[in-house]
Amino acid sequence: MSRLAPPPERLWWKEATEGVEIFWVAIALVWAIVMFIMMPYWHVYGKQNLSNEAYRTTPEVYGKKVQAMVDQYTVRKVTARDVPVVAPPAGSDVYLLARLWEWYPVLELEKGQTYRLHLSSMDWQHGFSLQPENINMQVIPGYEMVLKITPNKTGEYSIVCNEYCGIGHHTMLGKIYVK
Amino acid sequence: MANSAEFRTCPDTGLLFHKPAETLMKLNAVAAIVFLLVGGVLGLLMGLTRWPTVHLLPADSFYMLLTAHGLSVLIFWIIFFEIAVLYFTSSTLLRSRLATPRWAWLGFALMVIGSVMTEVAIFQGRSSVMMTSYVPMSAEPHFYLGLILFAVGALIGCFVFLGTLVIARAERTYGEGSIPLVTFGALTACIIAIFTIASGAIILIPTFLWKVGYVNHIDPLMYRVIWWAMGHSSQQINVSAHIAVWYAIAGVVFGAKPLSEKVSRMAFLLYILFLQLASAHHILVDPGISSEWKIFNTSYAMYLAVLASMIHGLTVPGAIEAAQRKRGFNKGLFEWLRKAPWGNPTFAGMFLSLIIFGFLGGITGVVMGTEQINLIIHNTLYVPGHFHATVVGGTTLAFMALTYWLVPVLFRREVVLPGLAKFQPYLFGLGTAGLSLFMMGAGTLGVPRRHWDIAFSNALFSYQFPETAYLLLGLAGLSAILAAAGGGLFVLQIVTSVFFGKRKDPAVKGATPLIATPVAAGVHGIGIGGISVPGTLVLALVFLTSFILYYFVNWKYLSQVWGLG
Repeated sequence: MSRLAPPPERLWWKEATEGVEIFWVAIALVWAIVMFIMMPYWHVYGKQNLSNEAYRTTPEVYGKKVQAMVDQYTVRKVTARDVPVVAPPAGSDVYLLARLWEWYPVLELEKGQTYRLHLSSMDWQHGFSLQPENINMQVIPGYEMVLKITPNKTGEYSIVCNEYCGIGHHTMLGKIYVK
Repeated sequence: MANSAEFRTCPDTGLLFHKPAETLMKLNAVAAIVFLLVGGVLGLLMGLTRWPTVHLLPADSFYMLLTAHGLSVLIFWIIFFEIAVLYFTSSTLLRSRLATPRWAWLGFALMVIGSVMTEVAIFQGRSSVMMTSYVPMSAEPHFYLGLILFAVGALIGCFVFLGTLVIARAERTYGEGSIPLVTFGALTACIIAIFTIASGAIILIPTFLWKVGYVNHIDPLMYRVIWWAMGHSSQQINVSAHIAVWYAIAGVVFGAKPLSEKVSRMAFLLYILFLQLASAHHILVDPGISSEWKIFNTSYAMYLAVLASMIHGLTVPGAIEAAQRKRGFNKGLFEWLRKAPWGNPTFAGMFLSLIIFGFLGGITGVVMGTEQINLIIHNTLYVPGHFHATVVGGTTLAFMALTYWLVPVLFRREVVLPGLAKFQPYLFGLGTAGLSLFMMGAGTLGVPRRHWDIAFSNALFSYQFPETAYLLLGLAGLSAILAAAGGGLFVLQIVTSVFFGKRKDPAVKGATPLIATPVAAGVHGIGIGGISVPGTLVLALVFLTSFILYYFVNWKYLSQVWGLG
């Protein structure tokens, strides 16, 4: 009878286990525990974590908050479409919205300062992908995510949309300038 | 046993086939291969479009065909094949009649109707919503309806499998002991399948009702949480099924016996308990879900399913090594592996599947599934890079390897052009491994998945990805061509063998038997210095070292980005 048949020894759970298997199970288990501990460890000692702060919202309510910030802190306008560049004070609440197919507005932040970044979508799901840092977050309509960000380098950063959002998906590009 | 006229014994393997079950296995396998062909051709088009120099398709066709590609291979090819595997491992391996063949036919019919309906919806052009169909973006109603019918059909298949286990037990068709290890692995896959397919139906039914106007709102976050209990957990059906296939191939090619039944079965039990968690993998950077839940879910409780996979990673090659050493290939660390039948596509495909799944798919999956590391990976091309290693290099290659063995057994035909079959696993394996590696490389440079043009033509702003990203996408396109050639060769060979292959004469035995004589039990007198399978242990330690290094390298990358909290 082939090896596709039932175990030849009916009481297979009484058979001896190979030493090499016990050794491997033991080190694999230790490695599993190390990997598990790394995540809570990083929440305490690491500097890159997702916050657990989020609120339900609506496009109308969120849109008003974004516009209030834009009205108060716009420093200049860029591109042919006059997209506002907003420079909110360090430590303040910064609002960014995603919609078909743009990130609004452009933000200007200072290196080494911490901001409370709010993210939400006005229509479909979008993906916040900050390049070239490669920081990625999901943006969901009806939910407002808040997390503290601390830019650690100066330069021009681009926000690519990395959640498919229809035919203009590949044109959805935003900017964050860090001074 | 039921009416014996309904059974036939395979003259080469001694396996007992219940004819209604055999017909259903053949039909499910054929449907599977049709979808593999469709999905494979579409995959090639994807590779050629994302290769910036070629950029083959316009944007609308790209997104439409990407939707069709994902569903054709990730859902239809794999689940049809798995239903065939479920019937084989229950009815055939337990020498039992199949429970309620009529229900099995109904399940098959629903799966065919459902899958065709969804494909039609996609190709009509107004359901380009990607496989994930995230609300509030919507597809046509028959897109959802097709998936629901397919899910119901697949669930019926799962219950036919369970019913067959009950009948086989009641009628004592396989003696008094436990079911074979391979069947136990298939049972694991079946239990996970029921959970995950039900999750899919649970979220797609209200989404369908929303689309036709009976429900006014589907919460997008709730959709993601429940949908991913199908989307990611369904890939765990594949893991369990293809590991069962690895054990089966070790059995038929080498007559290998598991090092110990207890450890291998415990590993499958860990899968049943923990593997279908892991629905968090795609929602680790979503708002509104707590870190505690994410950590528990993404780590399968405490990486207990990863532990199980690492166990199989030792016990499958370990079983092969022990069998080879008992056959006399007992010299040094690796004589057993050097003298393995590398020209036999069943073995070569299985072993490449093991390597690609473990080193490329497994390690990267655990690393990217770490809650914080996911921040630098979510939705980049790294994600499809990872799952092409697991589902294409792992599952698909293992199923191809099994099919080379199944054609002579099930269809009683010789495989045509056996000379070419020798190369198929290498061509497909190399193409897939390259595709995965290059996509993952581009992903670490930030290249997004599901994106038609990383040059952002017609965008208001501009961004230039590094030149290396363009090079990697080109290499990924070339690898896609290799993989498509390997996949095309497989489909061509299997289809021509089934219809035109030389009929097998039961009196004439092939040079290598279709099923190896089992080696004796026990591991006495083999190995080096008291270690029975030293070669496998060395391979396992190389694996662990790569795993640890790669894991911490990614923490290092993460520590260099902006502060987030």
